[in-house]
Formats: sequence, C-alpha cells, structure tokens
Amino acid sequence: MKFLPDQVVARLQTEMQTPDLSGTRYRPLKFLAHGGMGTVWLVQDSILNRLVALKILAAENSSANLAARLMQEAVVLAGLEHPGIVPVHDAGTLPDGRTFYCMKYVEGQTLDQYVSQLALRQRLLLFQRIAEPLAFAHSRGIIHRDLKPTNIMVGAFGEVLIMDWGLAKVMGTTGLSSEGKEVSGHVMGAIGLSSIAKHASRHEFTRAVQDPLKSGALVPENTLATTAHGTILGTPGYMAPEQERGDVTLIDQRTDVFALGSILHYLSREQSGVPNQRASRPLQAICNKSMAWEMSARYPSVQELATNVGKYLDDMPVSAYRENIFERTARLVSRNRVAVVLVLAYLFMRLLFILFPRR
Amino acid sequence: MPPNPQGDAFPLTRHSVVAAAQGPDPADRIRAMDAITSSYWRPVYKYVRLRWRVEREDAEDFTQEFFFRLLEKDFLSSYDPAKGKLRTFLRTCIDRLFMNQARDAHRQKRGEAAIHVSLDFEEAEQELAASMQTGSAEDYFEKEWVRTLFALAVERLRTQCLAAGKATQCTLFERYDLGDEDARPPYAALAEEFHLALTDVTNYLAFARREFRRCVLAQLRDMTGSNEEFHREAKSLLGVEPK
Repeated sequence: MKFLPDQVVARLQTEMQTPDLSGTRYRPLKFLAHGGMGTVWLVQDSILNRLVALKILAAENSSANLAARLMQEAVVLAGLEHPGIVPVHDAGTLPDGRTFYCMKYVEGQTLDQYVSQLALRQRLLLFQRIAEPLAFAHSRGIIHRDLKPTNIMVGAFGEVLIMDWGLAKVMGTTGLSSEGKEVSGHVMGAIGLSSIAKHASRHEFTRAVQDPLKSGALVPENTLATTAHGTILGTPGYMAPEQERGDVTLIDQRTDVFALGSILHYLSREQSGVPNQRASRPLQAICNKSMAWEMSARYPSVQELATNVGKYLDDMPVSAYRENIFERTARLVSRNRVAVVLVLAYLFMRLLFILFPRR
Repeated sequence: MPPNPQGDAFPLTRHSVVAAAQGPDPADRIRAMDAITSSYWRPVYKYVRLRWRVEREDAEDFTQEFFFRLLEKDFLSSYDPAKGKLRTFLRTCIDRLFMNQARDAHRQKRGEAAIHVSLDFEEAEQELAASMQTGSAEDYFEKEWVRTLFALAVERLRTQCLAAGKATQCTLFERYDLGDEDARPPYAALAEEFHLALTDVTNYLAFARREFRRCVLAQLRDMTGSNEEFHREAKSLLGVEPK
C-alpha cells in the first residue's frame, strides 16, 4: 500500500469535496450550502459568463430515488415562473453520474437572518410577500411541504424567494384536490423527465430538461407515482399534523397554510431586543387558526391568510378573532385617530363655550 | 467500481464487511475480518505506539493480538452501529485490551494462523516517522484512518484500471494527484511523456478522479459499521464543508 503524505491526503480530500464538473460549462467556485439531499455550489457558467448556483446530489446519496426527487424539484421549479420562485436554467447528469440542476444564484439572506432587525409591521409586510409565490404555486397545484425561515431568501433588492422545493407535492392541475398524486423519490421509472436523466450518457454532460412542462399541466397525471402512505417528509416545528402522521392523501394547500402560520408565529414573537414578546390577540388568533390541528379549521388558502394579515395591518377586524366592545372601540379609535382627535377637540371647545359663556 | 445493473452511480445495497464479520458463517467472518484487518491495522499500530508509548516490538505484538482477539473473542458482536462509529468502537477496544494486558501482565499466546493479512510493521514504522504527529493520539488515529481509506482506495483504483485496460489513466493520476506538491509535472510535460494530446491528459485525469471518488466510497462502505455511519462519513469526506 502506497503511503500518502499529509499534503496529498489533504489535496485528495479537497478534490473529493469539489464536484466533478469536467466537460461541462460550469466551473466550481465556492461551496454554498448543504441540505438533506445534496450540496449547493456557486459556479461560473463559462458560456454565458455569469454566476449561477448548482444543486448537486450528494455522492453518497446517488440512488435512483433521490436522483428522481432532485430532478422532480427542478421540474417543479421550471414550471413555476414567478418572481418569488428561483428560476431553473438547466438540469441533467454530471460526468460522475450525479444529478444536478442549475438555478439563479441568489445573493441575500435567509428569512431568519433578514428579519432580525425589522419591526413587526415590516415583518408582516414581508410575510404577505412570502404568501404571493406560494399562492401562485398552489394555483398551479404544487404544495411546497417544507416551508421554514431557512427556506425563504430575501435577495439583495429586497425580493422574496421561496427555495428548496425538493419535497413538493404535485396535485392535479385544478389545485386543491384530495385526488392529488404525490411526487417523491419512488418515481424514477415513472417520470418521463427522470428517465431522460437516467438515459443520459454517464460520461457526457447532458441537458435533461428540454421541454419541462407543457402548458396547462404541470406534470401529466399518468407520469406520477404515489408516495407510500406513512412516508414522513418535512421539518419538525413547521410540519402540519397530517404531515407528521405521514398521511399523504390528506396533504393539500392547507398543509402549507400550517407552515406559513408557524412562520407568522415566528415572525411575531422573535423581534429584535424583545425576546419572547407575546403577539397581540388578533395576530395570535391568526397564527392559531393557521396552525389548527384540524385541517378544516385552518384558512382554506394562503390568500385568505395573507388577507387577514393585511386586515390586521390596516387595523381592520380579522376573521380569526372575535373582539369585545372595548377592543373594537380601541381599534376604531386607533384606526381613525385623526377624526377622533378632531371630534374630541370640537367637543372640548363646545364644553368650554358651555362652561364659560360670553358675558 | 463498475456501475451496478440498476444504473446507479454507487451501489447502496452491499452489506458492510462489519455485518459479515458479525454474521454466523465462519468463512464469511474470516474474510470480513481480513478486510477489517487490512483497513485498520496501520491506524491501530500507530495509535498504540503514540497513545501508549510502547516499544516497536510490543506494539507489533499488541496489534497482532488485537486483531486475533477481534476474531477469536467475537469482540465485534458487541458492536452496535446505532451507538457510534466503528473506528471509535475499535479504539475503545484497543484501550481496554491494552489496560487489561497491563493489569494481567501476562499474555495469552495467540494462534499465528488466525491473521491472514501480512502486516508490514517496518513500513508502518517508516510512515509513522514521516507523518506529522500533532494533536492527541485520538486525533492521529482519525487522521490515519482517513489516510488508510485513501491509500486503499488508490489500490482499488489501480486494480480496476489495470483490469479495464486503463493503466495510463491510473499512472497519470498517481503522477499528478499523488505526487509531491513541488514535483508535480505540468499537464504539457505529462502529455509529452505519455505521448498524449493535452486534452487527453485532462480527460484521463478527470476519468481517474471520478473513478477514485467511487473507489473511496466503496472502500468507505467496507470500513464503516452501518449505512448511517457511511453517510455521515461520506458527508464529511466528500463535500459538506470544504476547507
């Protein structure tokens, strides 16, 4: 056995950590992040001369199941053209057989980093912007299923982007449907796009997604397989009860409503310099309704949740909370502060005239 | 390692040698123990030399005895992959055995035929002198483990390349990637020496590195006690937080 000096071991270790992009248009620049399935690298696109991010399946995870899941994530993203969803430029198989996709490189901060210095009102305005791309995805029949602060990025221009669609579930094209099929790691043989990757040459860089989605159908029904009942996917703390139970047939957009409610709860409590501050009752009620155990008790859609947060911001009554007479009065006063001040000033003047009439 | 029939880049279902070493079939156990001995004897020997500061001959005796006992005393049957890494378990066994021996002050004569792998202690001693010994003996054991993993992967790569008629790729890899930093020949010099086009050198090296990566994973699978351990180790070795 050949003895390897320390410097050679260190060199080999570095080489092992760098993705094998030989023969591709990409040059590795910097490691960015790692997730459950793989790693994200900042790379230089040598043809278009721009920086992009490459999500690559981890070498030790290169099973057909996970390759299909990563490819499915690319397909889902490619079908969701929205300013709040990171665009996919390319996908395929690297020379070493690992699946990857290429996406826009987002320079910014994750939500938890970004909001640390924001006041509650700014946080809630930001929350409404998070709901927009999600509502769009729901309208296209896609459920994210892994929403959490670290999967939400705020870009350099203040744009909000929802990341990591690896656990996304594709419903029917009609949106909310209990008949929705589940896309998961079990679909390698079933998804046409994945089979493109599968048939790609092992030693040649291949473009796998050429015509990812046809209009009107995100992923054709007959190309989907179902996730086994009982499969648990998601992040504890942001996972809805039906997700924790692995009850995949129940999952729909209300599952994302639960996660959004958890994020709202996080945003309303974790304010800078005010640890564990309690949210106001209406805001807490919105959170509670979003995070209700029973799906039927939650907001039926993220739009409705966002609308309620908007009403709260405008000092309007929210559907999740029945206020008493004092709270209603206080809210009306707060909302019509100028008018109330003018009326009070008028009454005060009248009182003065009554008490001190001209002689 | 050649791709498996399912078309996966890396096989995921092969049983670890540890499972075989814990299994009921004596022939499988001996083969598995040989594999474990090949992978671990150098780290064990060097660890004992450093940790317990024993003389060379005593360390040689101890290393042979350790692997003999690993087989004979069925040490591995008490290893639970869920509780920790295989190498941590082995290190604990080493320490325990050493302390027991020191206490008993007499050693049972081992059966010489039990270990089938030749242990070149002379070479190990030279390596020990050549490598930098910074940090604790435990850290050194970890470092040696990585070094052995890569060295065995290089051997595996060589065997595979020769079998596949790709000896040039392997030689280029050894010359360029395994050479001293100062003595690394430029691609152009390698192209001239091996009568290849410059692009061929690039492609051959890319091929060898790719295969080497696979060999490391295959070797790692043999040197870990469970699938979870394999994944953890692979993550730390192959691309999570590069320095």
